[in-house]
Amino acid sequence: MRPLTDEETKIMFEKLSKYIGENIKLLVDRPDGSYCFRLHNDRVYYMSEKILKLATNISRDKLVSVGTCFGKFTKTIKFRLHITALDFLAPYAKFKVWVKPGAEQSFLYGNHVLKSGLGRITENTMQYQGVVVYSMTDVPLGFGVAAKSTQECRRVDPMSIVVFHQADVGEFIRNEDTLT
Amino acid sequence: MGRKLDPTNKVKRGPGRKSRKQKGAETELAKFITDDDETAPKRLSSRGRKRAAKRVQNLKKPKDAAEEQPKKGFTDENSKWLKPAKKKRKIDEPESEDDSDEHWEEEEDDEEEEQQQQQQQQQQMKKGGKDQGKKGAKLEMKEVEDDDDDDDDEMVDDYGTLDDGSGEEAVEEESDGEELLPIERAAKKAKKLKETMLESDDDDDDEKEDDDEEEKKSETDMDEEDTVQANMDEMDKFRLPGAEESEREGIMTLDLKTIHQRIKDNIDVLCNFSTKREEGKERAEYISLLKKDLCTYYSYNHFLIEKLMDLFPLSELVDFLEANEIQRPVTIRTNTLKTRRRDLAQALINRGVNLDPLGKWSKVGLVIYDSSVPVGATPEYLSGQYMLQGASSFLPVMALSPQEGELVLDMSSAPGGKTTYIAQLMRNTGTIVANDANADRLKSVVGNVHRLGVTNTVICNYDGRQFPKVMGGFDRVLLDAPCSGTGVIAKDPAVKTSKDEADIQRSAHLQKELILSAIDSVNAESPTGGYLIYCTCSIMVEENEWVVDYALKKRNVKLVPTGLDFGKEGFTRFKERRFHPTLRLSRRFYPHSHNMDGFFVAKLKKFSNVIPTAPAAKEEESTDAPEATAVTDSPEEKPSKSGKTKKIVSGKAGGLKRKAQAQANGTKAKKMANAKPKGKKDLPAGPKKAKVAKMDGETVKGTEAKKPAVKTADETKVSKANKKEGSRFEKKQGKKRKTPMKAKDRMGKNKFRKLKHLLGKQGGE
Repeated sequence: MRPLTDEETKIMFEKLSKYIGENIKLLVDRPDGSYCFRLHNDRVYYMSEKILKLATNISRDKLVSVGTCFGKFTKTIKFRLHITALDFLAPYAKFKVWVKPGAEQSFLYGNHVLKSGLGRITENTMQYQGVVVYSMTDVPLGFGVAAKSTQECRRVDPMSIVVFHQADVGEFIRNEDTLT
Repeated sequence: MGRKLDPTNKVKRGPGRKSRKQKGAETELAKFITDDDETAPKRLSSRGRKRAAKRVQNLKKPKDAAEEQPKKGFTDENSKWLKPAKKKRKIDEPESEDDSDEHWEEEEDDEEEEQQQQQQQQQQMKKGGKDQGKKGAKLEMKEVEDDDDDDDDEMVDDYGTLDDGSGEEAVEEESDGEELLPIERAAKKAKKLKETMLESDDDDDDEKEDDDEEEKKSETDMDEEDTVQANMDEMDKFRLPGAEESEREGIMTLDLKTIHQRIKDNIDVLCNFSTKREEGKERAEYISLLKKDLCTYYSYNHFLIEKLMDLFPLSELVDFLEANEIQRPVTIRTNTLKTRRRDLAQALINRGVNLDPLGKWSKVGLVIYDSSVPVGATPEYLSGQYMLQGASSFLPVMALSPQEGELVLDMSSAPGGKTTYIAQLMRNTGTIVANDANADRLKSVVGNVHRLGVTNTVICNYDGRQFPKVMGGFDRVLLDAPCSGTGVIAKDPAVKTSKDEADIQRSAHLQKELILSAIDSVNAESPTGGYLIYCTCSIMVEENEWVVDYALKKRNVKLVPTGLDFGKEGFTRFKERRFHPTLRLSRRFYPHSHNMDGFFVAKLKKFSNVIPTAPAAKEEESTDAPEATAVTDSPEEKPSKSGKTKKIVSGKAGGLKRKAQAQANGTKAKKMANAKPKGKKDLPAGPKKAKVAKMDGETVKGTEAKKPAVKTADETKVSKANKKEGSRFEKKQGKKRKTPMKAKDRMGKNKFRKLKHLLGKQGGE
């Protein structure tokens, strides 16, 4: 476990900012104590300083996970967000998409969101903007990238994709082994 | 304009039903008609006789033919069984006369029925001699009509009404006749069977005297019952044939039924042994038969049944075994970090889940009765609003009652149900260290922790026994020890046959190691905690009470109430073993009485960080050993403690030492040293204190004198622990130098050097 290098920090924050914009600083400066990011086994964990200190007692090979896993660095040093980060993306998300109850299941099985399943979408969403996907009852289901801007969404035919799937909570079951 | 009902069907059905009604009367009649079978022809009236002779002549041929022809579908053996069904069909379709065979048979039946009438008539003649002629005439009339047609309408209930019957009624009788014939046969057969049974029973009679009351009750019941009795009472005589029979029959349901009945009867006898026992039979014989039956009926291995028999009264045992055959209800736990139970229940009901709150004792549990969707894959589940968790798994966490901001260790956490429950009770504050020895199973812990939005968890993969070495000073520790799983047979029926004595011993040994390391990880000086929950999903005493009792002897812990207001008390005595009386504060849960998995929960409070060790070394060193542990323990807890507590701890250690010095008298001193701090904290109960003190004394003496098996095992452990402590101490020394050296100062240089020397030696070993 080590702190992130500057470059890694930059890459990760760039990625995060696609979803939560400038709200990133709310993640770092929190009123309830200082929080930090740590790299362990190529994965980035977000935890409070208190837990961090305790976790230093545990040797590297025996440590499985600390705090919340945000995602991992690929071998090509790109950052990939995991579904486990959803708890911190959802409250701060700038752009949101709501899916209809009928399309929930489809999204949770790893499919893109189609126009027919689109319930609501935040105004002024740009194309390729990172969005968090909610159910109509405001339960966060995952996140993805807007395939069309809000304006375009109004015009396209029902079977066209409006949000590209990136991660959904179904992965807790589907990819349990690769979460860490 | 719907489909019209098929009229033919309807017509067919009507009379069939009616004729079926008559069975009861006929069977009764058949019984006493057969009694007078042989005498019947003699007493016919002269006209009746003539007619009978005529009929016999006329219908002999068709009758013979009829007897063979309807059998075409079945072999001879089968026809015996299949006859009743065939007859029913005939009754159902009395009007479909296209089939000549049927017709024939009916005729034959008519014939027979007439004979019966004659018999009956004869009976009546017996009763009232005068009416003979009249009745005879009437019957003749009927018979004549019988031959003409086999139409049937309303039927008369019994033959008694025949006396005033018109022609119609006589017509009906022919359909009755259909029934009577086979019934008669059946009755005969039954009679024969009974006779044979009686014969066989007569053989047993002398031995059955004592069970007469039971016999009377069940006599009417069945021949099956009889064999049960015979088998049970005459174990010696009947055991071998019984076994052969069962082998021959294989695993027919009837056989299992018999065994089930035998189990019931056997238990009944065993419960009232003095009155119902058979003379000269030992209880052990009954028991061994019962054991065998239970093993076959519930397919357990012999060992486990024996264990369970020790554990439960016999009446409860069957309940328990039955409860293990059915699944416990699916329960879920609301994740209060994300939602409320009411909202969750509403959301799930909208998905078509039928649920209810889980008992009064839990505010977060829901029972799922049935569901149209998989409960483990709803969007609510995936978004972490609830966790699938057995009701019994709630209990240890509720007993642990973690407080906000504490440092909690879950020693064997997979798959994370209890861990996340702890987190939700702590509202995501403080820290939870979730450990598990199995790296694969930890993946589910990671998944569940993240899914439920728990952020205060460190997940690691150590062997639990290494624990105080990795990290200590926990406020609370939950030890859900790996066990034989005898409480969750419903979940995993493999336990029934796969466990034996060695498995139990092995897991008990592991549990003892784990509970000691768990206790050592707890910080007794914690202002809010200092608690350890020990729980298993086993119901074996070896894995539960015994382990806790062992911990009570080995460490400065005491049992405290679990805070669970239901469940059965733990055993304080079991067979030849006597446990500490406070073990009744622990709780046991059973599938049959609480409808949750079998579970054991004990809550321990640690009242001193001193480990009452009894090193096997020389007397000289033994005086120092407790002091050493006292010192080594206190810095160990320091990192998490404020300076204040540090002072207290070191002060105590110093005080301890002074006392020890003052007495400076080998083992005695050590005893005192151990006993005193306890008194100071006034935590331990009176008898317990004394016992611990005594224990210490014993171990000191005993180690050199006797060395019983258990103690030697402990010694090795103790020395190991000492080694560990030694190394830990050395490791900490660097730190200690930086921190205020109060403990050291108070100790006096001389003493400290000696101690260092000693530890160095131990470390070297």
